Parts: sequence; structure tokens; C-alpha cells
Amino acid sequence: MPSLKDIKRKVTAVQKTKQITRAMNMVAASKFKSAQLKMENFRPYAGKFMDVLNSLALRVDTSTHPLLAVRDPKKIRVICMTSDRGLCGGFNTNLIKATERFLREKTNEGKEVSLINVGRKGRDHFRKKATILAQKVDCLSKFDMTLAVSIADEVITPFIKEEYDELYLIYNQFVNVSVQRSSIVRLFPLPSIGQPDADMESDKRLDYSYEPSDEVLLQKLLPMYVHVLVYRALLETSAGENGARMAAMDNATSNCEELIRTLTLKMNKARQAAITAELMDIVGGTEALAKG
Amino acid sequence: MSDELILEVVTPEKMVFSGKVDEVTIPGTEGEFGVLRGHEPFLTSVDIGELYYIVGGKKVYYAINTGYAEVTGSKVTVLIETAERADAIDKDRANRAKENATAQLAGLAKEHDDYEKMRLALLRAVNRISVAEKSSQS
Repeated sequence: MPSLKDIKRKVTAVQKTKQITRAMNMVAASKFKSAQLKMENFRPYAGKFMDVLNSLALRVDTSTHPLLAVRDPKKIRVICMTSDRGLCGGFNTNLIKATERFLREKTNEGKEVSLINVGRKGRDHFRKKATILAQKVDCLSKFDMTLAVSIADEVITPFIKEEYDELYLIYNQFVNVSVQRSSIVRLFPLPSIGQPDADMESDKRLDYSYEPSDEVLLQKLLPMYVHVLVYRALLETSAGENGARMAAMDNATSNCEELIRTLTLKMNKARQAAITAELMDIVGGTEALAKG
Repeated sequence: MSDELILEVVTPEKMVFSGKVDEVTIPGTEGEFGVLRGHEPFLTSVDIGELYYIVGGKKVYYAINTGYAEVTGSKVTVLIETAERADAIDKDRANRAKENATAQLAGLAKEHDDYEKMRLALLRAVNRISVAEKSSQS
């Protein structure tokens, strides 16, 4: 049986842990809020962008663009987007598992796979296990469009130069605060765009005049489309990370409370036992005196 | 035809500006162009440069980065990667960026992959400085 002092010390320790986890929960909550705000602010941009891209793609033959070129996939690149920091539950673990599975599958098919890491956690995991081409770490706590642009530009040029044939993006799709889903998206060749949209009212589809010509404009818009896709993934990663951390820290805090409760119970029992033992001593002592 | 012109300047970070204006001038890739209400529907890409709108006789400048602009009769939507209002530009930072870009550019061969990147960075910095100066004059 641990002594009263030991238990007391343990309770204090757990209480301190609880303070930390609660603080982390609150920090994650506020970061989550700002990440969510960023996502909301991005929505009008993304929406408008897709409108224009779709209406443009409908008028132009898109199959000729190098970013849409379908080749026999021999060399594959994968962007794995994790968070920079841990303590966010299964957020990174699940994603890394999904990535590993994907890598294994493709390697078994006899394809050459290499990895681009965004986020420290993924980099640390894959450092010795896979070919890493490029990495971006410690960049997710504060980022803007330039990060997406630099990631995208690094993959666009080699694809056009046919240094590799397919590019996948693996990231945690943000569903809600407590649910993130690992998702694998093919970036290159770009999935077909400009599907005739049934919802689009015909009067909304204005007949524009284009300057420069529509083909040239599409050339400019497609890389921007990649930026938009990457930026969205970054936003979802950052929101998901903080959401996952909030949930994890909330769990940790309630676990601490549980632990404190049982420990306090134990402590009280130990104290009572000590008092009882003392009383027995005194009673025994007085009885001995009375007899004597 | 409606009698007002709505301008929307949108970047990935936020809606920079949204409101009624009298006139807007945009640095298109094929040259600067002005838009008044009732302009024909028009879509163009936009270059690094200065965008300004006039409302009530007052000019407001923005330093903008590449993107595109969509013009319909009563509305102009400008989608760009960054936009900074002239009076919000940090001139010291722009100057530093300019010096940095100039220095780096001097050490690079034209064929180098980074050359184009640095050239654009320089262009952006110079643009921001010139726009910032416009705001102090007006």
C-alpha cells in the first residue's frame, strides 16, 4: 500500500497535467476558430474560381494542356500532408498509415514512388523509410497562399518536363471538429474539369470576350487551380489538426479528472487507515495503563 | 442596364473590397484597362500592378498580384493572390524585399530556375513601393 504522502504527490502531479491539457485544449480551440475563419474566407475565392474555370473549360479543348496529359504511370509522386506537432490523437497516425498502404500498393505494382512531405510529423516518420524528394516543415502554424504556391510550383514544372507521371495528394479531409478522413486525391494529371453543370442556369453563363485568347487564359488558370487545390488541403489540414487536438485534449482532461477522483478516494482511505491505526494504539495504550 | 458598378476584390485570405464604385482600372496582362458600368462581358488575366477605383472623386489604390478579372455589365470581380491597400503597405518591408531580390538576381544566371521567381519578387516589391508612394501623394 502506497503511503499517504506518495498518493498526495501523485494527485498534485495529475492536477498539473490536467491544467496543461486544459490549456492546450483552449489554445487549440482558438486556433481552430481562426483556421475555420480562414476556410470561410477562402470559400468565395474558390467558388468564383471554379465558376470561371468551368465556363472556360467548356469552351476550350482542355485535353491538350500538359497538366492534363495522361501518361502510363511509371513514376509516381505523393504529397503527404501531416501536421507539424503531435498530441492530436490519431490525426497523423491514421494519415501516415493510409500513406504507407498507398505506397506499398503502388510499389507492389512495380511503380517508382517518391514522397514529398509537408509537415514535420510525416517527415519524421518517413525519413528512413521512403525516398523523400522535398519537404516543408514547421510551416503550418502560420501560412498563406504563398506556401501553397511554392508547393504547387515545385511539382508543376517536373510534371510538365515529364520527370514523373502521376501526382497524388494525401491529406486529412476536414469533416467536422472530431472527424477527419484520410483522403487520397489525384492531382496530376488533373481530373477532368468543365463537366457540364446541370445546376448552372443558362443565363448565368455569360458570353465573355477573352483577353488574351481563351487557350492562353486557360494555361494561366490551370496552375492557379492547382494552387487552389493545395491551399484548400492546407486549410483543411490545419483546421483538422486543431480540431483533433481539441478532442484529444478534452479526453485527456476528463481522464485526469477521473484519475484524480480515484486517487483522492485512495488517499482518503489511506488517511482513515492511518487514523484508525493511531486510535488503536492509543486505546491499546490506555487499556494497558488501566490494567497496570 | 443597371446604373451602378459593383467591385469585388477577392483573395484567398479574404474579401478585400466589395462595394459600389464609379470606375475601376485594372492592370490586365494585355495592358491596363478601365471599366465603367455597362462594360461588355469580359474575362482577362491580371498582372502584377496597381489597381485603383474611383468613388466620389476619390482614388483608392491597391497593389495586386497575378490573377484574373471578370467583368459583367454591372459587376467586376477581381480574383488575385494578394492585394494590399496603398496605405497599408509596409514600405520598409517592401524596400528590404526589393534589395534582397536585386542582390539575389545579380548572382543568378538567366537560365536558373530561381531567376524567374526572383524577377517576379522584384517586380512585386517595386510595384508595392510605387503604389505606396501614390498613397502618400494623394
